[in-house]
Amino acid sequence: MASVSAKDVLTKPIFANNPIGLQILGICSALAVTSNLNTAFVMALAVTVVTAFSNFFVSLIRNYIPGSIRIICQMTIIASLVIVVDQFLKAYAYDVSKQLSVFVGLIITNCIVMGRAEAFAMKNPPVISFLDGIGNGLGYGVVLMFVGTIRELLGSGSLFGLEILPLINNGGWYQANGLLLLPPSAFFIIGMFIWIVRSWKKDQVEAPEYVLAPNSKQEAV
Amino acid sequence: MAAKDSISKTITVTVLLCVVCSVVVSAAAVLLKPQQVSNKELDRKSNILSAAGISEPGKSVDELFAQITTKIVDLETGKFTDAVNPATYDAAKAAKDPARSIKLDRQDDIASIKRQARYMPVYLVQNGDQIERIILPVHGYGLWSTLYGFLALEGDLNTVVGLGFYSHAETPGLGGEVDNPAWKALWPGKQVYAEGSMEPLLHLIKGNVNPSSPDAAHQVDGLSGATLTSNGVSNLVKFWLGENGYAPFLANLRAGGV
Repeated sequence: MASVSAKDVLTKPIFANNPIGLQILGICSALAVTSNLNTAFVMALAVTVVTAFSNFFVSLIRNYIPGSIRIICQMTIIASLVIVVDQFLKAYAYDVSKQLSVFVGLIITNCIVMGRAEAFAMKNPPVISFLDGIGNGLGYGVVLMFVGTIRELLGSGSLFGLEILPLINNGGWYQANGLLLLPPSAFFIIGMFIWIVRSWKKDQVEAPEYVLAPNSKQEAV
Repeated sequence: MAAKDSISKTITVTVLLCVVCSVVVSAAAVLLKPQQVSNKELDRKSNILSAAGISEPGKSVDELFAQITTKIVDLETGKFTDAVNPATYDAAKAAKDPARSIKLDRQDDIASIKRQARYMPVYLVQNGDQIERIILPVHGYGLWSTLYGFLALEGDLNTVVGLGFYSHAETPGLGGEVDNPAWKALWPGKQVYAEGSMEPLLHLIKGNVNPSSPDAAHQVDGLSGATLTSNGVSNLVKFWLGENGYAPFLANLRAGGV
């Protein structure tokens, strides 16, 4: 494997190889926790921490992990880290942990964490794996913040809980768009994100799997 | 390659990994426990205070909570009881325990909670012997989730001081508007019971309450676009203030016989 530079693993996942945009990992949690920026931010932070440390520890023992049970070994490490993060949130960020509730536990099943452990940490030394985890966490975070900003601003008229557009309900002028508070709206926004990134970085556009055959029949007039 | 895939290596790695991970997890759980417990406690207290409309800038939750007395009510007899310790009693846990809870018949179970704890905590704000406010824990099913909250009544045990939910998962923007301060502000001053009756009348209606209607004191605006959540709130108020809820206790309290 060609050596990878620290700068590359840190910055590439943000746009060039975004875990959600290009690798299509971790979509479910991106739907669930992005209805406001506070939870999106804490979730991004938690996933970054977990991905970085799980990459680090998996990579540390990568030469000892037996091939036959490597996925279970990775899961054990990831699950332990997630529980520790969950306990920390419950102790020091109680309100946020209440809002994230079950989704902290579900970081375990976040494909990004295991995807990076399997794809990167098993083949690379610990420090660079750690950075790869941070990079992918940042890539995940960028999408979460992008989606969260749109959803919270247009859905609740606020950012980080601070009122930006005064709502009609509270005597202002802005009629909140309720759809944006529901999880499906994140699909549209993630789709938009992928569209924007791929218009900018054309090499991410996949070749179409099918090409329509040219019309061989004469149209009936 | 062969060396790390041998059976003995596999078992050694597995055991070591599990031991290390379990030590880390247990250490985190044990060391952070006191902080977590106090967070939960603080959260519960601040919810009770906000339902009762008690807030004073510059005072901590614990200082404000000092004026509140916690007592346990036996819902069967409708009287205070010393059967359990108010400081440690957990009604949510008791409701799941068949020995300490009552299974509700389908027709009685209007709040869709299935089981109900026999003992419930109530919170009193007292001035000498006089009860100024009483805060009752309530819960019931809305559209997606069980709503947990507190309903506070004035010393006449009839006028609402406030209603607040501390845990629910209703649709944000629709049923989730139960948290909207503008909606919660509609509750204070409403009357639960009619004169001389212990049948709860307070409920949510579709649309806005007509202030000139004779029933206006027993009605609260429904949440627009959230009929099922509104029904859920009506039902839980009706259930908890009805005969399977606190009505016998409140009747005893009015008569002075607790």
